[in-house]
Amino acid sequence: MSRFVAHVTVMLKPLVNDPAGLAVRDGLQALGFEGVESVRVGKRLQVTLSAPGPDEAASRVRAMCDQLLANPVIEDFLVEIADGASDS
Amino acid sequence: MRAAVVVFPGTWSDRDCLHALETVGIESRRVWHRERQIESDELVVLPGGFSYGDYLRCGAIARFSPVMEAVRRHAEAGGLVIGICNGFQVLCEAGMLPGALMRNDSLRFRCQEVHLQAASAGSPFTSGLDPARPLRMPISHGEGNYYADPETLERLEREERIAFRYVDASGRATARANPNGSLRNIAGVLSAGGNVLGMMPHPERACETLLGGDDGNAIWRSLLARRAARGSGLTADPARPGASR
Repeated sequence: MSRFVAHVTVMLKPLVNDPAGLAVRDGLQALGFEGVESVRVGKRLQVTLSAPGPDEAASRVRAMCDQLLANPVIEDFLVEIADGASDS
Repeated sequence: MRAAVVVFPGTWSDRDCLHALETVGIESRRVWHRERQIESDELVVLPGGFSYGDYLRCGAIARFSPVMEAVRRHAEAGGLVIGICNGFQVLCEAGMLPGALMRNDSLRFRCQEVHLQAASAGSPFTSGLDPARPLRMPISHGEGNYYADPETLERLEREERIAFRYVDASGRATARANPNGSLRNIAGVLSAGGNVLGMMPHPERACETLLGGDDGNAIWRSLLARRAARGSGLTADPARPGASR
């Protein structure tokens, strides 16, 4: 078994209104940043786990997203396994 | 009639619920979230608050509490369940009601009075309510912005499962009467069987005229009237069995 670090990005689905993102976009525009078209606010989680290999680690973390880390009604998620697994 | 008021770590409206239920004559007990015993004739109340500190998402952790397995079985057997505010969020996260409750579109915690129109007569909670007379009661939440995908919304409309809408004092579902951006002004929804209700407003905080109004009691009285009409037992209409999202 090796130890892996998974980075999980959870974002509201594209069609779901994101009032926090709109507020941040307006703030950036108020500060004078030009060309800002949209901002979406999401979450990033870091899960450290042991698994036989990176593919197994990714599939376990995806199952965690399905059941808890993301709400499939309103959110999409992306799982990335960081390089550099270590024996555990 | 009896009620079981569930208490999670961070629940804050349980005593208010007990008081309101006792006011209308429903004998009530509190059930700690580690308990697993729910009696079949009990009304289960999931009160408002900030269960588990609203960590991750509102209601996301509470659904794993031991008591929720009993609540799920209770609902599947046709027993009555009402989730208020955080309780509504828990029911959505648990998949016992469709949709999700997102951050208010104002990005602000809203603590104010609203008017509600009973939009469905197809449940024991609402069958005794008059749609022509809006109910006035408070809301108190930061995440009450109801969302469901378009197909789900159509299904809810078609099956008359939208229990309450935010309206103005004269009963119009306007954008101005909508305190949080909920799609179609939805304030409460029902399960397919009509025996599970989730709503953001707080009927238990509108239980005495001294507190500004007692319109919330109409929901409990609807349950009592239904039970009286049916003779005994506190279960949903057997013509609409089960409870699924």
